[in-house]
Amino acid sequence: MTPKRKQRLVIVLAILVGVSVAVGLALFALSQNINLFYSPTQIAQGEAPRDTRIRAGGMVVEGSVLRASDSLQVRFELTDYAETVPVEFTGILPDLFREGQGIVAQGSLDNQGVFQAVEVLAKHDENYMPPEVAEALQASGKMPQPEAEVFNK
Amino acid sequence: MPRWFYQLASPRWCYGITGKLLPVFAVLAAVLLLGGTVWALLFAPADYQQGNSFRIIYIHVPSAILAQSCYMLMAIAGAIGLIWKMKVADMVAKSCAPIGASMALLALATGAIWGKPTWGSWWVWDARLTSMLILLFLYFGIMALHAAIEDATTAAQSTAVLALVGLVNIPIIKYSVEWWNTLHQPATFKLTERPAMPAEMWLPLLVMVLGFYCFFAVSLMLRLRHEILARERRAGWVRELVECR
Repeated sequence: MTPKRKQRLVIVLAILVGVSVAVGLALFALSQNINLFYSPTQIAQGEAPRDTRIRAGGMVVEGSVLRASDSLQVRFELTDYAETVPVEFTGILPDLFREGQGIVAQGSLDNQGVFQAVEVLAKHDENYMPPEVAEALQASGKMPQPEAEVFNK
Repeated sequence: MPRWFYQLASPRWCYGITGKLLPVFAVLAAVLLLGGTVWALLFAPADYQQGNSFRIIYIHVPSAILAQSCYMLMAIAGAIGLIWKMKVADMVAKSCAPIGASMALLALATGAIWGKPTWGSWWVWDARLTSMLILLFLYFGIMALHAAIEDATTAAQSTAVLALVGLVNIPIIKYSVEWWNTLHQPATFKLTERPAMPAEMWLPLLVMVLGFYCFFAVSLMLRLRHEILARERRAGWVRELVECR
């Protein structure tokens, strides 16, 4: 390599390193703001602000979904297997909503610590399988369970 | 440096070798994409939760992978052009941008179409979706910068620097689902673990990914050959080529 080329190589590497460090520091400083949602643990520990619009993400606790008989109101609990947060929502839930499913709800915390959701999105996990396989796994109790860390980073 | 590296620097040699490789990759792309599509849509099993709507991954995943691979190739070619002043590398970098942009657009569009029934929303500002949108804007910026600068050498240098700066976005896209809470699911395929998907589902996906790569090679070579002829139009060998026709 000629000295001229070596010099240009150093400049290119310097650009790469410099930009990576700058962006790395910026992302580190913003790390809380980049999270799409708060986990139930963060909400229980008071990290999530009250009286402002936030998102909460977690698994719908099995057997916790209560539907009102005369309206679209639904109440359920959200967990990351460490803490749980009660959620209330009035409206149409996405097709994938079910007990044991990961969801992300947008809304705010009221004074009783209940999350009043205005929008519920289903969070799909990375597991795909044919229905027959899912049935077989369900029957033998070997269905892959999402890990807590999916909702708590 | 091996001999082929120096040969790559010759536009004439590149024009010749791409002319020979083009039909091979075109046939491969056609066979893989056609076979992969039929396999994916007709024979792969439906998902237990999403039903048939999951089949969009057979377009979504390959286009997203390719959008990122194409960006890396563009940045590496740009760096080679900057350091060794290699004209062919500049031309490769320039040819990459529109292909990568269309792949990024395809990934975003298919993702939105899948997101509506699955998540309940067309678009969410989570880290994965946003960083992918930034990738699309980087491609647009690079194409605009190329169009704005008349002198080919200056244009190549400026876009190469922009491409290198934007390269930092690639690991952010990859690891966004691991570093932050996102709505987008984490990777199904990891190097160290078994895929979270049975073989009858991921085999057609693999075929589609390979097919997309072959298609990318074909469109890149077509653009590159066009670029070589346009840039070398005053060279003796191009004139001979035109006169022979």
